[in-house]
Amino acid sequence: MEEKKSAKVILRELQDKIAQDVWDAKNRGEKIGWCASNFPQEITTAMGIQVTYPENMGAAVGAKGGGQRMCEYAEGMGYSNDLCSYSRINFAYADLKECAEQEIPMPDFLLCCNNICNCMMKWYENLALELDIPLLMIDIPHLDKYTCDEDRIRYIRAQFDDCVRQLEEITGKKMDWDHFREVMDVSQRSSRAWLRAIASMSATPSPFSGFDIFNNMAVACVGRGTVAAAEAFEALADEYEELAAKGETTFKGEEKHRILFEGIACWANLRFTYKALQSRGINLTASVYGPAFSFLYQNMDELMAAYAYVPNSNCFERELEMRVKDAIAHKVDGAVFHMNRSCKNWSGNLYELERRFREETGVPTVMFDGDQSDPRVFSEAQYETRVEALAEIMDERKRAKEAQA
Amino acid sequence: MGNAMGTDIYTLGADIGSAASKCVILKNGAEMAASTVESAGAGTGGPARAFEGVLAKAGLRREDIAMITATGYGRNSFAEADLVISELSAHAIGAAAFFPGVRTVIDIGGQDAKVLRLTEAGVLDNFVMNDKCAAGTGRFLEVMARILELDVTQLGDMDGKAEQSAGISSTCTVFAESEVISQLAKGTPIPEIVRGIHESAAVRTASLVRRMNLVLPAAVTGGVAQNRGMIRALGQELGCELMISPDSQLCGAYGAALHAYRKAGQ
Repeated sequence: MEEKKSAKVILRELQDKIAQDVWDAKNRGEKIGWCASNFPQEITTAMGIQVTYPENMGAAVGAKGGGQRMCEYAEGMGYSNDLCSYSRINFAYADLKECAEQEIPMPDFLLCCNNICNCMMKWYENLALELDIPLLMIDIPHLDKYTCDEDRIRYIRAQFDDCVRQLEEITGKKMDWDHFREVMDVSQRSSRAWLRAIASMSATPSPFSGFDIFNNMAVACVGRGTVAAAEAFEALADEYEELAAKGETTFKGEEKHRILFEGIACWANLRFTYKALQSRGINLTASVYGPAFSFLYQNMDELMAAYAYVPNSNCFERELEMRVKDAIAHKVDGAVFHMNRSCKNWSGNLYELERRFREETGVPTVMFDGDQSDPRVFSEAQYETRVEALAEIMDERKRAKEAQA
Repeated sequence: MGNAMGTDIYTLGADIGSAASKCVILKNGAEMAASTVESAGAGTGGPARAFEGVLAKAGLRREDIAMITATGYGRNSFAEADLVISELSAHAIGAAAFFPGVRTVIDIGGQDAKVLRLTEAGVLDNFVMNDKCAAGTGRFLEVMARILELDVTQLGDMDGKAEQSAGISSTCTVFAESEVISQLAKGTPIPEIVRGIHESAAVRTASLVRRMNLVLPAAVTGGVAQNRGMIRALGQELGCELMISPDSQLCGAYGAALHAYRKAGQ
């Protein structure tokens, strides 16, 4: 009898299948797109249009050791090293059309949505010019208020309809709005299950090493509108909840401390950043990065609003509240803030976010310099010193608390 | 526990920094029996010289030392250590001993600057460090001193001779170097350039302090604390008095030795 696959294996296989589906579509002569990570995937999924995600490729290339080579190539083309490393890797790939670490089919059109990053508009504009292909844009204005108002919802909705019309023209595929609603339902299933998996980290010990979020989130980003993804995330959440109920964990060693990790992972330094924490019994139990790829809504208007509540598109107070709530719910003892040199959107307010987070939670925090995919910006010694000192502070606080008890 | 010197307990702290190696031997966790500073840091012969030197000065042998704690950038490669702690904790322990009641400690080291917040009980509660840029650190001042053909120890006196400050606005060490060269070419008196350098570094360090919210009293540790010009500029920028100690450069090593003493007693 065939042994039951773990959710982790199912997710990995699903990720490979999703990547292969895009290649197959391309090889069949279908029009395929490059797509921003928080573009409303309901549109393409419902229309049966295959897209692939340069940001995910940037992360994979970074994790597999090709980030520096690709970034340097892009810099040789004239792109500044101040630009996002995902974009530099993508610019290099668009020119080279080959990459030893990972390849994606070349696009026939581009789908951009600036809720994850405003600078992305320039990235995609540039690609459209370089590759001479159409760029479809959904502009989601930065939320300067706490809630997404009616005007914004109407503005986003109007673009939604226009985007569908343009996609129909480009690909020859028709939107079936009944199927769209089914995709909405499936996306809800996936999102709820993914959030349930993440919520299980509130258990003590957390049922898994929080760095696993970084491995499992790819499918949440690219495939959450499919039944296969919904089932995989439900299996993942069930596995975690089962472990939590038994008080078990896949985290290696004793979970002495729990932290919030702020920002995108340093893909090129993932092992080092993980080991420095894990070797000191520190587990990641909170991060807004994973939940960023789940969207909850009941109807079309709420769907529009959900895409405006992407972490990087929010007002500061909402951003802060997300972290503080997460930290409290997941019982963190400290926080590590990644000053990501690639991501101006995320890092621009990080000093203030750290200061306010510290004030509101009372937990110690550290900040380190790094980058999502360019390893030249990361210093192992500097990271190690900060993490070691954080561990010492958390040890001391724990001792004092135990002595008091 | 005991040793060849009778009932006295000797512990040693080694602060292996990026620019210098410092060792302190403490007698019974209170009296500084000997100290050394070698201006060569991790990866050089500095750590060994500082270690052998401090034993010789104290008239002790390795086996007379009950416990050794290493700290600083090169802490993990210092083979003599029994224990290792981060430089943040070492400086906090040292500063609490040097300046009882201190709540904010500004440590300006060779390649980083850090601001520590201590609890009322003198325990490290939180900290911030500079980012990867070396502006505002000891290295920044060393680079500037070299262009001016000065020793870094002369900067404080030179600052005292200035009647005004030459504006150095760049926070980047390389760009600031160009600015200093331009000032020299214009014939700006060296003391004024030095004051401008100190003010530039002070602004950078003060912004780090503000990220922690300044709680007084505050002290400065690290080799840069010996530079009166830098202390003046920083105090002026923060609008407060800053405590310093003649042994400020030894603060981390002292804290490490005290840490070793506490652990030896457990």
